[in-house]
Amino acid sequence: EINPKLVESFLILSSFLLFHCLSSPTVLQCHHLRCPSRSLTSSGVPGKAGSNLLLYLIVGGTVTGTGAYVYRTLRENKERYTSRVATITTRSQEKASPSAPGARPEVPSHVPFLLIGGGTAAFAAARSIRARDPGARVLIVSEDPALPYMRPPLSKELWFSDDPDVTETLRFKQWNGKERSIYFQPPSFYVPVRDLPFVENGGVAVLCGKKVVHMDVRGNIVKLSDGTQISYDKCLIATGGSPRNLPAIERAGKDVQQRLTLFRKIEDFRSLEKISREVKSITIIGGGFLGSELACALGRRARTRGLEVIQLFPENGNMGKVLPEYLSNWTTEKVRREGVNVMPNAVVKSVSVCGNRLMIKLKDGRKVETDHIVAAVGLEPNVELAKSAGLEVDSDFGGFRVNAELQARSNIWVAGDAACFYDIKLGRRRVEHHDHAVVSGRLAGENMTGAAKPYWHQSMFWSDLGPNVGYEAIGLVDSSLPTVGVFAKATAKDTPKSATEQSGTGIRSESETEAEATEVHISPSFSPTPQVPKQGEDYGKGVIFYLRDKVVVGIVLWNIFNRMPIARKIIKDGEEHDDLNEVAKLFNIHED
Amino acid sequence: MTPVSAFSELLLVVSCIVGKDRIIFATKEDHETPSSAELVADDPDDPYEEQGLILPNGDINWNCPCLGGMASGPCGEQFKSAFSCFHYSTEEIKGSDCVDQFRAMQECMQKYPDLYPQEDENEEKEKSSKDLEATPMEASAAKEKKVSS
Repeated sequence: EINPKLVESFLILSSFLLFHCLSSPTVLQCHHLRCPSRSLTSSGVPGKAGSNLLLYLIVGGTVTGTGAYVYRTLRENKERYTSRVATITTRSQEKASPSAPGARPEVPSHVPFLLIGGGTAAFAAARSIRARDPGARVLIVSEDPALPYMRPPLSKELWFSDDPDVTETLRFKQWNGKERSIYFQPPSFYVPVRDLPFVENGGVAVLCGKKVVHMDVRGNIVKLSDGTQISYDKCLIATGGSPRNLPAIERAGKDVQQRLTLFRKIEDFRSLEKISREVKSITIIGGGFLGSELACALGRRARTRGLEVIQLFPENGNMGKVLPEYLSNWTTEKVRREGVNVMPNAVVKSVSVCGNRLMIKLKDGRKVETDHIVAAVGLEPNVELAKSAGLEVDSDFGGFRVNAELQARSNIWVAGDAACFYDIKLGRRRVEHHDHAVVSGRLAGENMTGAAKPYWHQSMFWSDLGPNVGYEAIGLVDSSLPTVGVFAKATAKDTPKSATEQSGTGIRSESETEAEATEVHISPSFSPTPQVPKQGEDYGKGVIFYLRDKVVVGIVLWNIFNRMPIARKIIKDGEEHDDLNEVAKLFNIHED
Repeated sequence: MTPVSAFSELLLVVSCIVGKDRIIFATKEDHETPSSAELVADDPDDPYEEQGLILPNGDINWNCPCLGGMASGPCGEQFKSAFSCFHYSTEEIKGSDCVDQFRAMQECMQKYPDLYPQEDENEEKEKSSKDLEATPMEASAAKEKKVSS
């Protein structure tokens, strides 16, 4: 017996999965240009799950009929379905308002799940709550005027888009070549705020442009800046952070502030993109992730458009707080090749307007003239609510102090940048990365629906600095820790750029493999005498272990990709290893 | 260790120390010998470990990231009930008792065309029908490969 309707459903579901679930195995993935491991494999979930589901459904579908039949059925039924759906839509619209619309308050006075903050952590929590609690009603209160979106593309892919309207579309290409938006979901995913208590199966609503200013923990009530009060059953604080400024700039006048970008949001991307087309010189202050990524992104414009890009920071090299010094110096050379005038060991003393330009004076007497400043000097976690809520702020790391389950009080959890949590493996931490927002938001959502799980799954992060430097990392990656780096000489095909150019085929001919091996043999750097490598090329790719009390607590995967599960396993084990070169073998650093 | 491999190890592994940071250069050949590093055996029932779509006990993990917005979106309930029905179906034709659930899911999805796009373009339709017509296992396996490479 062939049941056309069933077959049709299978087909629709499987085609949906084909185009949605498979092409981006999770909506929250890091959407990387090239590397599937940076998709949310970080979440450690077996990547095949989606495919299995698909297979499951396709097989299920074909059991009941042949493909040709399915296709025909779909065609014939399409019209009928369209009209039926139209009827249903009309009916549901009528049903949707049992009481007069005016009787519904703009903002519900009570919501079961209240999420403060509308960033990645809040969105991940909302999704997790909805997946686990049938019909959950979730309200996100966000200061941002935009619906939840992911931030990494703002300093990465969006700058390399060919689309002249990218500041409007906010779309970028993923590693698999497919375009996607930085928004996690289109507006139709969300329920109107006022309808949230009434929609049949619940949903997620976002109250944009509103700020929670007061928390009554005892009464489970928050107050918004406009005076509105909302009570909740469970609450997540995912307030993120605000970009820090330099005291030297804060002391300067308004005319300096007007030429300053503190980069964090969509608006900041739009405005800096515009400025980069108008001015002659931009100076980025800060040598960390954001500063270095923006420097490389703008550096490309330096070459195509004659823009001067200066990056200055107090450390010896780019990513100096993260990478061991030799690697940080090596990276700085690569960033310079991207067209950036990198000035290490630079501490800003004062900034003033001089003529029509900005004058930055450094502590050592050097002076830098520029037109615009981007300060990328870190994030201050948003913890204003701690006072009214009586929550503890960590004195070392900042952020709300929570336990291993991300819980601050009985009905309150904290996730993302604002959470200072206890990691059972690595101790107390606060992490400011996209994947951490995903992982911790997800975990908070699970615990808000009764999972009682500790922080267990390590988050990762990644960064690309031009075509020759791409890395992924996990755990405590702090340049003050002792490190062991195991490197292989990279061939031209190991770099992020060539990996992108290969457009995901991963198949290497025999000759290429041999060519690589030959190159390794004749390499002069493999002389039997230990020596400090002179040539920058030597750190092409490898793995760097960060140690604390002889145990690996952090790992950087340097120009090698898809190895995160192994790195995660080593951190999770927390074992002492006598010979890290043996551990490095597990990473196949010579393979693609 | 044979004298030959010891020699090659000496020759090929170059190690140096810069302050607290140790640097090792290793050739492909050096790393071709199996690793002697020992990893702790994983507990298959680790209650905290992230799981795939189907849990070890056979239940469905609705929080699997592989589902994207499927289980949490506006048609999440319909999706869950259809997929649960299918997953647990014991009918001879698996899922043949789930027509109502699948219909409800489909009706819901059609209300959100931008969340659950249908294949409107003819070529895509033909492609998917061909895939199904041919060997579905291979077709999906090929796609899987494309995604994960």
